[in-house]
Amino acid sequence: MTRFVLTRLAQSAVVLLGVTLVVFLLLQLVPGDPVRVALGTRFDQETYDALRERAGLNRPLPIQYLDYVGSALVGDLGVSFRSGEPVTQIVIERLPATAALALFAVVFALLVAFPLGLISAVKNGSPVDHATRVFSQFGVSVPDFWMGIMGIIVFAGMLGWLPPSGYTSFGEDPWEWFLHLLMPSVTVGLVTAAILTRFIRSSVLEAMSQDYVRTAEGKGLMPRRVVTRHVLRNALIPVVTVAAVQLASLLGGVIVIEVLFAWPGLGRLTYDAVQARDYPVLQGAVLLVAALFLLVNLLVDVLYAKLDPRISVT
Amino acid sequence: MSEPVLSIENLSVSFSSRRGVARVVDGVDWEVHPGQTLAVVGESGSGKSMTVLAATGLSPRGAKVGGTVRLRGEDLGAMSEVERRRARGRHVGFVYQDPMTSLNPVMPVGRQVTEASEEHLGLRGDDARSRAVELLDMVGIPSPEQRVDNYPHQFSGGMRQRVVIAMALANDPELLIADEATTALDVTTQAQILELVESLQERLGTAVVWITHDLGVVAGIADQVAVMYGGRILEHGTVDHIFGSPGHPYTQALLAARPQPGVRADRLATIPGAPPVPHQLPPGCAFYPRCPVRGDERCRTEEPPLTEIAPGHRVRTFYRAPHSGIERPAS
Amino acid sequence: MSSHDLGPTAAETDHSHGEPLPADRNRVWTALRSNIPAAVGMVILAVLVVVGVLGDLIAPYGVNEVNVDQMLQAPTWSHPFGTDELGRDVLSRVMVAARVSLMVGAVSVGLALLAGVTLGLVAGYYGGIVDNVLMRCMDVLFAFPVLLLAVAIVAVLGPGLVTAMVAIGVVYAPIFARVTRASVLSVREQVFVQAAVSVGASDGRIMRRHVLPNIAAPLIVQTSLSLAFAILSEAALSFLGLGIQPPKPSWGRMLYDGRGFVQDAWWLGLFPGLAIFVTVLAFNVVGDALRDVLDPRQLSQDEARRAS
Repeated sequence: MTRFVLTRLAQSAVVLLGVTLVVFLLLQLVPGDPVRVALGTRFDQETYDALRERAGLNRPLPIQYLDYVGSALVGDLGVSFRSGEPVTQIVIERLPATAALALFAVVFALLVAFPLGLISAVKNGSPVDHATRVFSQFGVSVPDFWMGIMGIIVFAGMLGWLPPSGYTSFGEDPWEWFLHLLMPSVTVGLVTAAILTRFIRSSVLEAMSQDYVRTAEGKGLMPRRVVTRHVLRNALIPVVTVAAVQLASLLGGVIVIEVLFAWPGLGRLTYDAVQARDYPVLQGAVLLVAALFLLVNLLVDVLYAKLDPRISVT
Repeated sequence: MSEPVLSIENLSVSFSSRRGVARVVDGVDWEVHPGQTLAVVGESGSGKSMTVLAATGLSPRGAKVGGTVRLRGEDLGAMSEVERRRARGRHVGFVYQDPMTSLNPVMPVGRQVTEASEEHLGLRGDDARSRAVELLDMVGIPSPEQRVDNYPHQFSGGMRQRVVIAMALANDPELLIADEATTALDVTTQAQILELVESLQERLGTAVVWITHDLGVVAGIADQVAVMYGGRILEHGTVDHIFGSPGHPYTQALLAARPQPGVRADRLATIPGAPPVPHQLPPGCAFYPRCPVRGDERCRTEEPPLTEIAPGHRVRTFYRAPHSGIERPAS
Repeated sequence: MSSHDLGPTAAETDHSHGEPLPADRNRVWTALRSNIPAAVGMVILAVLVVVGVLGDLIAPYGVNEVNVDQMLQAPTWSHPFGTDELGRDVLSRVMVAARVSLMVGAVSVGLALLAGVTLGLVAGYYGGIVDNVLMRCMDVLFAFPVLLLAVAIVAVLGPGLVTAMVAIGVVYAPIFARVTRASVLSVREQVFVQAAVSVGASDGRIMRRHVLPNIAAPLIVQTSLSLAFAILSEAALSFLGLGIQPPKPSWGRMLYDGRGFVQDAWWLGLFPGLAIFVTVLAFNVVGDALRDVLDPRQLSQDEARRAS
């Protein structure tokens, strides 16, 4: 088990190193001088020189890279071209909003997907199953931002129940916070639910076709017990993985929804950084998201090994 | 004779699909008595497994089952779904072909072994655990106290099949159904498992229905043999009948295709052709297309009846070989 | 798995290891036509292609025909999808935008397919260190959420049609590499490939003649599904203002431009999004149907259980 964890840890470290290289190269690939591009009309020689110096752009590339990785390791991601603030701080500030959105969306998605996927598999071929399959097929095909727009039209515009966009911090007013969170997270959650429903359905179907389920039926167990004891445990192990990967990708991938709903998370930050050509912030956000993604995947693999006795050979 | 543990009369199973109705099992009847072993023999697709699945209420969705099945004298068809399930769990144990897949990979074997007792006898906690240890010990698993908490992947194939047998015997069932239970095992393990089942059967007085395609297995353990082909019984009798004076050309061909000591493997006789597809059964005898004898012109157009040619020996053929000794079909 | 996992009889012949039969193409076609959702999906895709090709020829108005008098009009007979904030006909713009969406989808998936298949073939066929290095690189690309990576690429290269194609192509290439590699690994061990190796056929020839045709099925399925995702990604990029730039209309961009008006002019939000949704849905449905037909692992569960 420890060996397994260590192996995965080493693999993740290698991939993370690759990620830093990609992120580092982002800046190098910008045509022209990134600092000059970023400053645009606000150009003045003093700021320009200071930023170049601070970003270490005057040194040879390999040194720059080593420097970048070294600083990143101690939590220094450089300073914003725009505000001059440390990127680490800017990025960390945005985490709570994104985390709330992602967690809420995944919880909502699981609450929808679990019963739907399970019923759909157990009652394979029934009207419920057909309806569920239509739901999940629609859900994976619908652009989430379009669903968000329609949500704004209906719930904010026509009905006036929810604010169309914006954010209130939890500490300030929890109820307002929740109202603002509801539409973006349900929008993301529905799409995620569609993906998970599909996966849960096929995972349960797969488990139900296994020989050990016939064994359980041969024992004369109640059908419900066959499902809870034998089908679910086996079917849910892969589902845990997929749900966690969904969570991981939401932690960094809800750019469009955050922009649409003016939600001040990492996605919105990334978007603003792109618009402002604030490359250090862009790099920092992308690096953090990828690192989070790798971390969650690592945790999932460990969890998987815990859940599946076949892997946890000591 | 005592009352049969399981008797089936005129059992049929059919599936409707776009390609037509497939009669997978057709008019099968046999019974098995306490302490006795009935071997149901046939190639894959002969309906041998489906017969037993349908008889115990485990037929797959969409199957239409007809006929009468009595377990310990009680008509299963007259029972509710719940009663049927209870009867199955309480009185029947199953051993399947592949011990690799018939055990739940994420549950300790001990819990799986006594799960049926938990469900039907209310066995719980420490009682269940010590019963599991006892059962594992009975089937010859070394240091059962430790092994009871292990997962299936921690056992070898043969040991896993022993676990499955322990599981099948958990409720002291009157009937054990073994579906190709040794097919996935190597020859040595096969012999060990057969021996184990025989000794347990002797001790517990369990009736056994052994489904197999392997006549070698049959010769060692069976009292009665039912030979199935195309969903029907072609021949049914005691082991002595089947091996000493087989009445059906199919049985004779099966016996001829058996590996014999001293005969080189490449000289093995085979039965040319393939078994019929269930929804395209020939109009006459199901075996007619592959039959080396074709002893009667009715064979092609008319289904031969299952007739008793000696007490307890039934054969479904128009062709009559002299009952004393085997007359090999000329070829 | 143990080596003695043989079924009850050896009489059953195994067809899965031979080279694919030419008759398969007919089988796929028949199966697709008899699957009603897939048939509908294909009809929709055919209509989309026609609209995409003819676009401005059959559109009732010019895409950039500004008419301030007519701005923000709700759907009427003369403007079935209404008009936008500049009085342009939304229906015409939706029709013409089909071309851009389909083109970005096709080109970017084509790029992903080309790059991914090449990398996957090389990795799977040669194995060893080559495989290791290539697949670790793919892992790195996989560590980024799809849209984030696309956005980052656009940030570097600057927004536009070509950038969008490249970005989406890069993002989806690793999937093709993985699918290809996995298929190659299983095909490589098969007897007919071993036989070709033993008679001294060249690597290139073996890949073209034996390996590629055998991995076609999973690739076709992946292509169809990726087209759906690529169109979604293009729409998302354009919705962020990072994809297709005006004056070319694109569905995502129309939603982006209409964002501020949708609470008063719902049609600006509804129709372009509906166009994306229907297109993506059509690709997904066809892709799923293809998978059902082509992927042997997905054989109907009932059939699998029925084999006794």
